[in-house]
Amino acid sequence: MAGIPHDHYEPKTNSQKWLYSRLPIAGLLYDTLTIPTPKNLNWMWIWGIVLTFCLALQIVTGIVLAMHYTPHVDMAFASVEHIMRDVNGGYMIRYLHMNGASLFFFAVYLHIFRGLFYGSYKAPREVTWIIGMIIYLLMMATGFMGYVLPWGQMSFWGATVITGLFGAIPGIGESLQTLLLGGPAVDNATLNRFFSLHYLLPFVIAALVGLHIWAFHTTGNNNPTGVEVRRTSKADAAKDTVPFWPYYVIKDLFALGLLLAVFFAVVGFMPDFLGHPDNYVQANPLVTPAHIVPEWYFLPFYAVLRAFTADVWLVQLVEFVSFGIVDAKFFGVVAMFGAIAVMAMAPWLDTSSVRSGRYRPKFKAWFALLVIDFVVLMWVGSQPANELNGWISLIATTYWFAYFLVVLPLLGLFEKPLPTPATIEEDFNSHYAAPAE
Amino acid sequence: MFRKIAISAVAALAISTGAAFAAVEEVHIDNVDFSFQGPFGTFDQMQLQRGLQVFTEVCSACHGLKFVPIRTLADVGGPMLPEDQVRAYAKNYSVVDKDTGEEREAGPSDKFPANIGAGAPDLSLMAKARAGFSGPYGLGINQFIKGMGGPEYIAALLQGYTGEEKTEAGVTLYENKAFPGGWLGMVQPISDDQVAYADGTPATVQQMSEDVAAFLMWTAEPHLIARKEAGFKAILLLTLLSTLLYLTNKRIWAGVKGPKQA
Repeated sequence: MAGIPHDHYEPKTNSQKWLYSRLPIAGLLYDTLTIPTPKNLNWMWIWGIVLTFCLALQIVTGIVLAMHYTPHVDMAFASVEHIMRDVNGGYMIRYLHMNGASLFFFAVYLHIFRGLFYGSYKAPREVTWIIGMIIYLLMMATGFMGYVLPWGQMSFWGATVITGLFGAIPGIGESLQTLLLGGPAVDNATLNRFFSLHYLLPFVIAALVGLHIWAFHTTGNNNPTGVEVRRTSKADAAKDTVPFWPYYVIKDLFALGLLLAVFFAVVGFMPDFLGHPDNYVQANPLVTPAHIVPEWYFLPFYAVLRAFTADVWLVQLVEFVSFGIVDAKFFGVVAMFGAIAVMAMAPWLDTSSVRSGRYRPKFKAWFALLVIDFVVLMWVGSQPANELNGWISLIATTYWFAYFLVVLPLLGLFEKPLPTPATIEEDFNSHYAAPAE
Repeated sequence: MFRKIAISAVAALAISTGAAFAAVEEVHIDNVDFSFQGPFGTFDQMQLQRGLQVFTEVCSACHGLKFVPIRTLADVGGPMLPEDQVRAYAKNYSVVDKDTGEEREAGPSDKFPANIGAGAPDLSLMAKARAGFSGPYGLGINQFIKGMGGPEYIAALLQGYTGEEKTEAGVTLYENKAFPGGWLGMVQPISDDQVAYADGTPATVQQMSEDVAAFLMWTAEPHLIARKEAGFKAILLLTLLSTLLYLTNKRIWAGVKGPKQA
């Protein structure tokens, strides 16, 4: 493996040599575990392990749930109740799976914003960033389809609203929506294909996680200073790094343990806190719920979707210029996916020569505003649509796009960054006393 | 810097997600001090049995409990009726046999029958399908102590009738303070001394409302007690594990870095 110079696996015994010459899997494991990792990583670098754990948790609990679940419109809701009542420990497995999705998204948002603050997306880590964004998109697709499976009211109506988005695409939209639903409306065919895809996508995600790790093991981890590990020699690299095992494995597991204690408090004592009560009512195509609210982790982008109503002048202009092909609904869909696309483009939009936000005084303020903006979007996404909320979502959406399309490119040109440390070792030694021997 | 942003973002996130429920709340529901609230709360076996009596004698005329197996009335953590009483109770109902297609007396292994005749909703999950609480400030965190408020909603609904009624399009509607919209099709179902409790508890409307609400919380979440116990054990074990990992972590890193300098 290319990357930071370090010791590699050497087969010693005859049996090790025998296997190594045929399949160097022990070498792969050894190199992965002992990979030199910057020794100054802070607590925001724990989310990778948390996310890996979440993926494993969701796959394990999900496989057990699939053993007892029936993907049929007449039986799905009852089969979930069967899991909750009759299957041994079924209620716990389902609540872990339900709340596991929330933990997954909670961690992924912190992971993404960590990357945005410390410039982890910048060269040479663009491929890691792009793969991460694809994983995030697949997570959203998986989460959405999983929410449909219990076949409650919010499952059904959420599916109706979200698949309707695809119908807004000019030309191919209607056929695409029909293909997605397996018919003219959300029905048994929809439930079946969503179940099939909900089972498949996590394994695609797992493969992409492998690529994600491979990519940043090639470039090396970013770190809070944004300064690269020295690769001039093994000795120099060793001054900037510690091996992943045991230093970060134990640190990350400690953080995971604490986080899981909180997680189990939610699962054990308020498992329905993040769900919607309407999903305990079986899906009924004839009764529309008073408010159709997506899961909390979709709310920011749901707010972007709803921000562009037909009375916004930009929407009217685009509709006029495009001869009516791009109407308000399609505009909203483009904006929603665009909000994620501009984030994915961050490596090429950020012009700053300094990687870490720690040394960018003006950037810090703009970034803080972006975090606030994200929370505002999440809040307004949960609120019923009215004029005031329309304005709030429009302003918040504008800032989201402005941050990536205007602030990131211009800030790099005008901002005077603070001096960065020459090496990770220098920064580390300025923060910590020498260890007592 | 990042830590501050992260912490405030997480706090704000919690507020905004709670607000998702605040948007749904329309009617103020008061908390009832149910025995099953909070991390250590358990069902009151006698209350569940009284609630079962109210359900059987009053609610079951129109409402079903189609997801609840009758045998679970004997379950530990639930009403814990003796086996012979469960068998006797099952005979109150008749079901259509899945194999023969003929109607027969229900047994413990059958579920409470669905009741669709009167068009009344099934009550199996009603206590989880309604949320009364979203405070404080839309955070919803008080669910941790008070539960989600479904049973409170049921109790409030049963006590919320004002006595007013009106007829709309040939349907009589009854005014109720707890019902979103204010008017519902169900006539006030219980009045004082409607049932005679075997344990001598005075059968006031409030008592019966709370008893049946507690019973419906049990039908909606029969493993509530086991779930809380599992959660409690998991938290204890994870706290212990985290403490050990913390000490290990400190020991490992002691060779790499000394105390933090300003």
